[in-house]
Amino acid sequence: MKKRATRKSRVDAHRVDGNAAAGVLSELFVPDLTVARAKCAGCGVTRTIGVLLVYAHGMGTVMRCPGCDRVVLRIARTPTHVWLDATGATSIAVPAPR
Amino acid sequence: MTSIGAAPKIAWRLTTVIDVIRETPETCTLTLDVPGWPGHRAGQHVDVRLTADDGYQTERSYSIASPPEASRLALTIERLDDGEVSPYLADELHAGDKLELRGPIGGYFVWDVATGGPLLLVGGGSGIVPLMAMVRHRDIALGADVAARHRLPVRLLYSSRRWENVIYRDELHRIAEMDPTVEVTHTLTREQPAGWAGFKRRIDRAMLEMVAWPASEHPHAFVCGPTSLVEAVAGNLVELGHQPVLIKTERFGPTGGAV
Amino acid sequence: MSLVSRGFRGRRQSAETAGRLPPGQYETRDFPVLSAGPTPRTPLTAWDFTLRGADGKSARWTWDEFVALPRQTTTKDIHCVTKWSKFDTVWEGISIDTLLSEAAAKGVASSPYVVARCDGGYTTNLPLADVMGGKAWIAFMYDGKPLPPEHGGPARLLVPHLYFWKSAKWVRELQLIESDTPGFWESLGYHNYGDPWREQRYAGDE
Repeated sequence: MKKRATRKSRVDAHRVDGNAAAGVLSELFVPDLTVARAKCAGCGVTRTIGVLLVYAHGMGTVMRCPGCDRVVLRIARTPTHVWLDATGATSIAVPAPR
Repeated sequence: MTSIGAAPKIAWRLTTVIDVIRETPETCTLTLDVPGWPGHRAGQHVDVRLTADDGYQTERSYSIASPPEASRLALTIERLDDGEVSPYLADELHAGDKLELRGPIGGYFVWDVATGGPLLLVGGGSGIVPLMAMVRHRDIALGADVAARHRLPVRLLYSSRRWENVIYRDELHRIAEMDPTVEVTHTLTREQPAGWAGFKRRIDRAMLEMVAWPASEHPHAFVCGPTSLVEAVAGNLVELGHQPVLIKTERFGPTGGAV
Repeated sequence: MSLVSRGFRGRRQSAETAGRLPPGQYETRDFPVLSAGPTPRTPLTAWDFTLRGADGKSARWTWDEFVALPRQTTTKDIHCVTKWSKFDTVWEGISIDTLLSEAAAKGVASSPYVVARCDGGYTTNLPLADVMGGKAWIAFMYDGKPLPPEHGGPARLLVPHLYFWKSAKWVRELQLIESDTPGFWESLGYHNYGDPWREQRYAGDE
């Protein structure tokens, strides 16, 4: 797989924060996943899902690690299903209800 | 208040439009009656869903402008000329219409007085909306408690194109006039009124260094607006020594949130 | 069944364009940018394109070698699964037929399927038959100008007879494979083939 050129200094104007995925995540999870912590399967760093970089458009929501850009979570909605691929997260820890 | 972890599933609900008020030439505030609204925290948003008569549906997210203490939900919308949803909300919707939404959504970009301060709010364009919910919440929650206000001071830096585009302009002025613990700084990037003595450029590191709390104060920082502004400001704050964990961002994408 | 929003029309097609649009589509004059990740910025000096056979043999071109190949200009309508269609888009690039015959001359054997691999990790899969016979290109010019990065430059796959998610941006390799392997969207609920005229948007659509 070819490496991409580094782009830390470039702004991808379309990307948004993990918070923007909170709505579609609420269709899959009861607790608010944006305050949960996910360990990136790419670089091994654990971060709050709210800080993942979100690339979202009509096809789906792709959530990437802000450190290594690997896909952590990706979600697509079809008329009959909501699809989730969480293989980019080694683990997800949701805070216990108070 | 939404509790973490035990939040009920967020369902689509029907709301009734109470009124649509023009704020600036390109923004308006929708006030909605939402039966059974569970309450929200300042900074959260809702998803709005529109359905055409052929069944076509589309959704957009809008930050909640009203504080948790308000009895009605308010959303401030920026209208984009070639948008699909915002022209409908701004031009077509009127009192009595129904609007489908779900929320409140997003527990990450939130602030309440219990979080503490000092509070640094940096907004561009319609990015001011969730920040205004925080300012309004603070104002009501702290009431006449002057000591509490001094313990929780606010600095707001707000970038707009022109004076006429500044959303909540008079309300911000009033709040800052009455409360010395709230400092509001505007920068107008395209055009300034005659006699303008304030900033005339995009927010940059030098401006933040002058206006923002120093990193040594450990302010809670909230940055909201177009993605390019948010990323630049967040980067500048980190360079100025602010800890990333104290900086929360809400990027609105390329158009600044209006679609 | 949800509320019908009074007075909301969404995007509507006009009568003139109706015959040209696949079912469920509307015409746009813009060129929306949809991305699943940050825009890669591969410099041309680092760029190469590979056509790889199932047995590992491959043909590879540097940028200079690639743009020296016989090129074609083509004008096509394109159709995105998110329902916009854009008419008469003009592209310039190398036909996949050209690349396949160059690769065959180097001993790269054929296989029934291909997967496109791209900078940033995106993939999409197609039957080989759908990139042969003048149906597909690796395009590096759009509208007479070099393809901009946000639209897939330096070069993207162009397969206009299928939904545009198959026209993979930032393509770097076409790998010939023996058994079909769903790509990025095909493995997340989207249709494996994606014919807009049969409205094959999602897995399970006929």
